[in-house]
Amino acid sequence: MSDLTPPAAHETTAPATSIAASDVMPPAIRLRGLRKTFGSVVAVDSVDLDIADGEFLTLLGPSGSGKTTVLRMIAGFELPTAGSIELTGVDVSKLPPFQRDVNTVFQDYALFPHLTVAQNVEYGLKVTGVGKSERRKRARAALASVRLEDYGDRKPAAMSGGQRQRVALARALVNCPKVLLLDEPLGALDLKLREQMQVELKAIQRDVGITFVFVTHDQEEALTMSDRIAVFNAGRIEQIGSPADVYEKPATEFVAGFVGTSNLLRGEAALKVLGNEGVYSVRPEKIRIVDTETVIGDGGHGADGTIAEVVYVGDATRFVVNLDAGGSLVALQQNSTTSSSDVAALRGTRVRLAWRREHEYRVQA
Amino acid sequence: MALDTTTPTATSPQGSSRSVSGFLYRHPRVRLAGLLTAPLFWLVVLYLGSLAIMVLASFWSTDSFTGSLVKTPTLENYQTLFRGQVYWVIAARTVGIALAVTVIDMVLAVPLAFMAAKVVRSKRIRYAIVIAVTMPLWAGYLVKGYAMQTLFINNGVIDWILEPLGLKGPGLGLAAVVFSLAYLWLPYMVLPVYAGLERLPDSLLEASADLGASAGHTFRSVVLPMLVPSLIAGSIFTFSLTLGDYIMVKIVGGTTQMWANVIYDNVGVANNLPLAAAAALFPITVIVLYLLAVRRTGALENL
Repeated sequence: MSDLTPPAAHETTAPATSIAASDVMPPAIRLRGLRKTFGSVVAVDSVDLDIADGEFLTLLGPSGSGKTTVLRMIAGFELPTAGSIELTGVDVSKLPPFQRDVNTVFQDYALFPHLTVAQNVEYGLKVTGVGKSERRKRARAALASVRLEDYGDRKPAAMSGGQRQRVALARALVNCPKVLLLDEPLGALDLKLREQMQVELKAIQRDVGITFVFVTHDQEEALTMSDRIAVFNAGRIEQIGSPADVYEKPATEFVAGFVGTSNLLRGEAALKVLGNEGVYSVRPEKIRIVDTETVIGDGGHGADGTIAEVVYVGDATRFVVNLDAGGSLVALQQNSTTSSSDVAALRGTRVRLAWRREHEYRVQA
Repeated sequence: MALDTTTPTATSPQGSSRSVSGFLYRHPRVRLAGLLTAPLFWLVVLYLGSLAIMVLASFWSTDSFTGSLVKTPTLENYQTLFRGQVYWVIAARTVGIALAVTVIDMVLAVPLAFMAAKVVRSKRIRYAIVIAVTMPLWAGYLVKGYAMQTLFINNGVIDWILEPLGLKGPGLGLAAVVFSLAYLWLPYMVLPVYAGLERLPDSLLEASADLGASAGHTFRSVVLPMLVPSLIAGSIFTFSLTLGDYIMVKIVGGTTQMWANVIYDNVGVANNLPLAAAAALFPITVIVLYLLAVRRTGALENL
């Protein structure tokens, strides 16, 4: 058994806490049965999660779903009520934050207002006793990596939100942690800046190769940046998977609704349209709108209905169609040839919705 | 017409109050004058005016025979104060007591306020601590003074407690004055420090720990530097209140004298108002110098 392999077989001796030294590298983070209660409120309930080295993992969920609490337990700001947290195979569940090799980018950035930007970035190095000239050099490099090399002498108060965000990132990355924890770091930025920072963050993560654990409630952010997404609901993980998995193959009704537009066929309607009871999810952009005479082949399903609502969103139009079978579905159509005045006139029109069978997914109710 | 709300008549009460509001809205200077006349009168005439008269009086003298005021300008009072060695001793002692009280209050206030603002999670306990700290402010000065006396007096409470250990309390005197005044002014230090800590986001403490700093290190390099304005704000109270105190020293000070006793005795027993006026300028000067020094730190914005 791998448990019995002598440690001498490896170049580095495994820490005493992980006797089970296997040939496989332990994951950067391993959560087992993680639970946290505040009084009678269960914030996090039996969370098991392995995060691979160098992975960009997003904890996605609505507020109060426990995602931030999980992050804070990994950082050490909260002690778990039960369960364990391992960092590269070492149990750190009971260690204070300053003894864990992780760094955090806070939602409010948490820059020290009485220190300059350079002093903020050097803080972690100074605490761990890195020499002055080495500190200077690394801080400058870290600031350069977030394109703020000329801002070292400023106070955080004299910086914009986006700049402060990048300082917070530099301050965390300069310590070369094993894992970087990001608690909704883009939440306070406006849309344009947020999209720009998403790209930058992803690029930085690829460059430094550090494991990123990213908390957000923004599904689009999660889909664009992550290697994998863990969708949280009511303190539990509902689904873990790649962005495509989570979006295209939602495991539960909650995931189908939270990631993307909720577009479900259930009960009577599902039975009439699909021939099966249960809850099914079809993504709006997979649905084509055709006229009621169109014949749908074996590979697809179709449902008739009336257009109840037309929402023009610029590049596309969202049609809400009330089905004859009951319930309603949303269909998204690109405005490649139509314009707003055309689509508005379609309200009340009888249509047939068509989609391919592989695009309908049965989800847990 | 009852329903016509577009043209309110000047006679209706609502209409007239609205038209006054409207007038004030259009004339901001009148509004300002209305708000500031009374407080400005108070400040300029009653406070600065009396202060000016006091400065003027410090250059007068008293007729040693009749005791009546002689309003010819003279530097006699200042010469008395500067040449009398006893005045230098009392001045130094008073500033020393004020500094000691301030330092003691800082040392007591920081952990207490930190406890209330950052450690205790229950709001109820937090408010209970704040109320407990401010409670002594509700009691009369003399009540607290004589309570302190029962502590420090010979065979008082402190002596009872220390007796089994073979020790004796400091008795009435300088130490009793310092501790009593520190007790008296503690709330004035705790409150600004508490307010400062409440403004200090928890995430800063977490960020410091996250970057590898122990609790002690975080306290020294994040909490204390950010508390400097609050500590200075508190020290303005503790320092100036101590400089001006002359009652506590009478109750628990034994034969100790503070500067304000010099003023008080010259107003009363010695009946030398001009000398009292000159003496009163000393604490005022000290405080003004202190305020000028701390103005640079931004602490005055924390009052």
